[in-house]
Amino acid sequence: MAESLKFHFDVDGDNFTSAGAASVEVKRKLRQLGFPAEVIRRVSIAMYEGEINMVVHARGGVADVYVEPNCITIVLADQGPGIPDIDLAMQEGYSTAPDNIRALGFGAGMGLPNMKRYTDEMKIDTVLKKGTTVTMKVYI
Amino acid sequence: MTVSELGEQLSLTAYALPDGARKVTGGYTGDLLSWVMGRAQEGDAWITIMSNSNIVAVATLADVSCILLAEGAAPDKGVAELAAEKGVNLLGASEPAFSLGARLNKLL
Repeated sequence: MAESLKFHFDVDGDNFTSAGAASVEVKRKLRQLGFPAEVIRRVSIAMYEGEINMVVHARGGVADVYVEPNCITIVLADQGPGIPDIDLAMQEGYSTAPDNIRALGFGAGMGLPNMKRYTDEMKIDTVLKKGTTVTMKVYI
Repeated sequence: MTVSELGEQLSLTAYALPDGARKVTGGYTGDLLSWVMGRAQEGDAWITIMSNSNIVAVATLADVSCILLAEGAAPDKGVAELAAEKGVNLLGASEPAFSLGARLNKLL
């Protein structure tokens, strides 16, 4: 694998029940490529949390995954409302998810903390009313 | 112990059993999906009352051996089919999560 593989997904903001399709697909592809189980778990869970965030808060977005021999990079970009206070959003238990989302088992305020916990690097670029791009890296 | 054996020993209802030979290596109980993904271990039997389609994705990503629906929670429409399609074992029981977990613990 001399050069990086790239996977692109459109995350549908209207279909909450299919949220996670991109993460599950990435998990399947990484398995085929023979990455260690723990790496696959970290990448796919971090990506799923991000996918859910885009569906809940930003009416969807796009996900790009770059696979290199020693690093997997996940870039999640949306055109949602942006994050007014990143420090607050990073606090475990803080959530602005609506009640109908909480009823599904989301909105525990663990999304961004899980994404940070499961990745080696996480960068959030956000502009209010313009959108948010989250870049995560997992090193092998 | 396999998921099929677990289902028999605990008299569970099997909604989808695409991988009954999967080994059960532990257990985890919880309904907050992010919490489950953060804490459940690979191979755990996951006990929950959440019955919507997102549990199938969470089970796949956390790589649990099966989902056990407690309190008689039935899978939402289409969820059993989705679980079968995605290779996720989905079983259920009428008893509360606490006693289901206690019985599971005795078998592990």
